Amino acid sequence: MWRTRGCLLQSSTLFRQSLRVLSSNSTSAVGVSNINQVVSDGTPSFTANESPTSAEEPSQSRFQKPKEKYKGSIDNAETAKFAAIAETWWDHYGPYKPLHAMNPVRLSFIRSALCHHFRKDGDTAKPLDGLKVVDVGCGGGLVCEPLARMGAQVLGVDAVEKNIKVASAHAIQDPSTSSIQYRCTTAEQLVLEKQEFDAVLALEVIEHVADPMEFCKSLAALAKKDGMVIISTLNRSISSYGLAIVGAEYILGWLPKGTHDWSKFMTPEELALLMNRASLSMEEMAGIVFSPLTQRWSLSDDTSVDYIASSVKKQK
Amino acid sequence: MRNASIRFVLPISKWQKCRFLSQAADRLPHVSSSQEQAGDNSRKTGENTENLAGDNTYDVVVVGGGMVGAAVGCGLASTPLTKSLRVAIIDGNPATIQKYSKKQDSVPDARVSAITPATVRFLKDVGAWETVLENRHAPFDSMQVWDYSGRGFTRYRAADVGESVLGYVVENNLLISALNSALERTGFAETICPAKVKTVQFPSGSTSSSTGNLFEILTERARSDTGASTSFQDQKITEPANLDKFDRNDNWAQVMLEDGRLLRTRLVVGADGGRSRVRDMARLETRGWDYNQHALICTVQVGYHHSTAWQRFLPTGPLALLPVGGDLSNIVWSTTPEKAKELKEVSKEEFVIAVNQALTEDYGPLPSSQTNVVALSKLLTPLMGELAPSVSDPFIAPPPVTACLSERLSFPLSLTHATRYVSNRLALVGDAAHTVHPLAGQGVNLGFGDAAALVKTVREGIRTGEDIGELALLEKYGKERLWTNLPMMAVLDGFQRVFGTDFPPVSLARAAGFNAAQYLGPLKRKIISFAMGGQV
Ligand SMILES: Cc1cc2nc3c(=O)[nH]c(=O)nc-3n(C[C@H](O)[C@H](O)[C@H](O)COP(=O)(O)OP(=O)(O)OC[C@H]3O[C@@H](n4cnc5c(N)ncnc54)[C@H](O)[C@@H]3O)c2cc1C
Repeated sequence: MWRTRGCLLQSSTLFRQSLRVLSSNSTSAVGVSNINQVVSDGTPSFTANESPTSAEEPSQSRFQKPKEKYKGSIDNAETAKFAAIAETWWDHYGPYKPLHAMNPVRLSFIRSALCHHFRKDGDTAKPLDGLKVVDVGCGGGLVCEPLARMGAQVLGVDAVEKNIKVASAHAIQDPSTSSIQYRCTTAEQLVLEKQEFDAVLALEVIEHVADPMEFCKSLAALAKKDGMVIISTLNRSISSYGLAIVGAEYILGWLPKGTHDWSKFMTPEELALLMNRASLSMEEMAGIVFSPLTQRWSLSDDTSVDYIASSVKKQK
Repeated sequence: MRNASIRFVLPISKWQKCRFLSQAADRLPHVSSSQEQAGDNSRKTGENTENLAGDNTYDVVVVGGGMVGAAVGCGLASTPLTKSLRVAIIDGNPATIQKYSKKQDSVPDARVSAITPATVRFLKDVGAWETVLENRHAPFDSMQVWDYSGRGFTRYRAADVGESVLGYVVENNLLISALNSALERTGFAETICPAKVKTVQFPSGSTSSSTGNLFEILTERARSDTGASTSFQDQKITEPANLDKFDRNDNWAQVMLEDGRLLRTRLVVGADGGRSRVRDMARLETRGWDYNQHALICTVQVGYHHSTAWQRFLPTGPLALLPVGGDLSNIVWSTTPEKAKELKEVSKEEFVIAVNQALTEDYGPLPSSQTNVVALSKLLTPLMGELAPSVSDPFIAPPPVTACLSERLSFPLSLTHATRYVSNRLALVGDAAHTVHPLAGQGVNLGFGDAAALVKTVREGIRTGEDIGELALLEKYGKERLWTNLPMMAVLDGFQRVFGTDFPPVSLARAAGFNAAQYLGPLKRKIISFAMGGQV
């Protein structure tokens, strides 16, 4: 049922660049060229043509010394360049306004799922203090930054180097997010490095990977025993077809055409099954819906378009 | 500094001679003008500097420690999510941090506010209400409004809606002192006072136009709802000069004090009053009009203790008598600038005679007991909503004024409204966002509502890990308050039309003793629960 790598349609590369990240046309063109290469060489999920570099740079692979994070890898002129891109990218009124608007909704789910599971007091400013979290496919850091503000020790990984540069350039501007570590790498690579986290997030990523089953297993492997894995994705339903593809791609022009392959979307049941096979037991699920009337996103029982699910790694 | 270029966008209504708001604002007495001094004897009580590096770096800098600025500080100190923020409150006037120490039998300050039950709830929530209760505060449980012609009157009682009070009259300096004491107990914010803010540098970057449009939409809607012709004027602000000391690439706001200190912050809260410098620095426009009226305020002694807010409409404007405790009352007399000047200059004895005449016999007789309700209560319906007048009540003559006990202060009346309350790293609250006819007695209630809403928005932002100075987050606050404040103001403008020059509409709200915003929103809303139990 799940497509194999040969059928890879879009890598996270394009999606990340187009949906979360880039607001300028020139940069999305880069994304498109990436995708072609990814598709043609059939590389497994999360390995784009811009191959991970951080494996060779061990200083970037650990949670430490936030201030020195980028000193080795990016010079000042480059930092300034990426800071400029980050500004557009992080523009809440730019092309990705809807995503910025939706972000707090995902975060409130993540926050409450993590607080509940790790028995943290949600009534504090930094409830995630002490939790080590990885965001797989972190894009520009839209989720990493809030998680860091909530006190988590965050690693953001993305296969696209540009995303990583933009994300770091943005994060260091604020003392409350400068501790975030960013690495251009993949979930699989982190597994090889035997990295482990209290929580593993993959938001709007799984529908773009070549082999969702393998991907899910990698996420599970990254979670500590009793750790949490949170996945959000698009449902394969009539409404998601209408909204995500016809609406977002064609009518609103939010996303480049062809960003999504609807047939690769999965239903909540399919996701649950997948998680189960990866030794993850699903805890909670919520739909993320947009009300055109109030122009607001909210969590809902309606999982027909976009949904988010938390799961706990089962004891093996 | 204030050579603003101004243009009119809407027709000037014929019933009033409009003047430029900036000029009007310049005539407002500035509380701190006599005591301006920049000093270093700051009171510092802050302790939480957790994730902010430099000594001059803050999460929130509140410019202006008046009632509303202090309320923002208190609000932030009192919720678990916001209390670890690093906050500074800056005020140029040393009087704002003075403790209220008046004895119950002393003469109360003439600057008082009629506060609503919703404001009381807010003050309770932030731990400031206790201090108010320990000091002088005057509850009022009814109000009576009548007009000079003797044609009618209307009376409202708290008992009719199962409440014991409609509101309280409290001295402004007690409110500030109560908030400051609450703040001090938490050790939360650094109070930098006296220190004046000279310039604020906001990061360049995105600004949204959506709230600007909202302003127009709401104005238009209220206009068609009420049939009122709204006469907002447009005010353009000149760009402030940049100072070299600022780091232009900083994407946080930089606040420079007159003594040269520079603070960096995620969020600036502009609580610096009607002539807000912070608002000008951010180039936020205002609209509004001048009433061409002055209000004269003072404390008087009356014949007996009462707990009613009285208001009589005169052709020149409304005259209100509010209980302030014991046999003392507060006079707020809205009238022509000439008449106000005259009333200020006559002897206290002559003033007492003039007040009594104006309360009873000027221009026409007192209504008889049979003339209850009629025209007046109809006109008041949009303001009072479901709070029905007590039809069976007879007209009650107000207590006679027996002596004038304080100096008489007067100030011009105007209505201003910022077209947007927020921009990147800035939120305006209180008079910086809107000044209303002080006779409405609602100025500060609107401000407390702003403070509560802003605290809520910041708390929500922290809950989802957002940067609390981010415009997209602040817009939630800005929109919510525009929706609440603006329709009310436009409806009041409708009253202006109904009453003509004679009756500045806002005085009706003062008569109500409520925050009109709370029940004027959609006109037909269920008032009482909203006005008294609704949100701050
Ligand atoms: C004379 C007068 C009488 C009034 N009577 C009533 C009434 O009876 N009932 C009622 O409800 N409302 C009344 N109002 C309106 C009411 O006082 C205001 O709505 C209320 O004070 C608003 O509070 P605020 O904190 O927003 O602004 P303000 O009270 O104006 O406070 C602004 C503060 O900012 C400080 N500040 C300004 N600029 C700077 C700067 N550059 N640097 C540092 N600090 C600065 C000032 O020192 C001041 O303390 C009256 C207003 C006036 C002027």
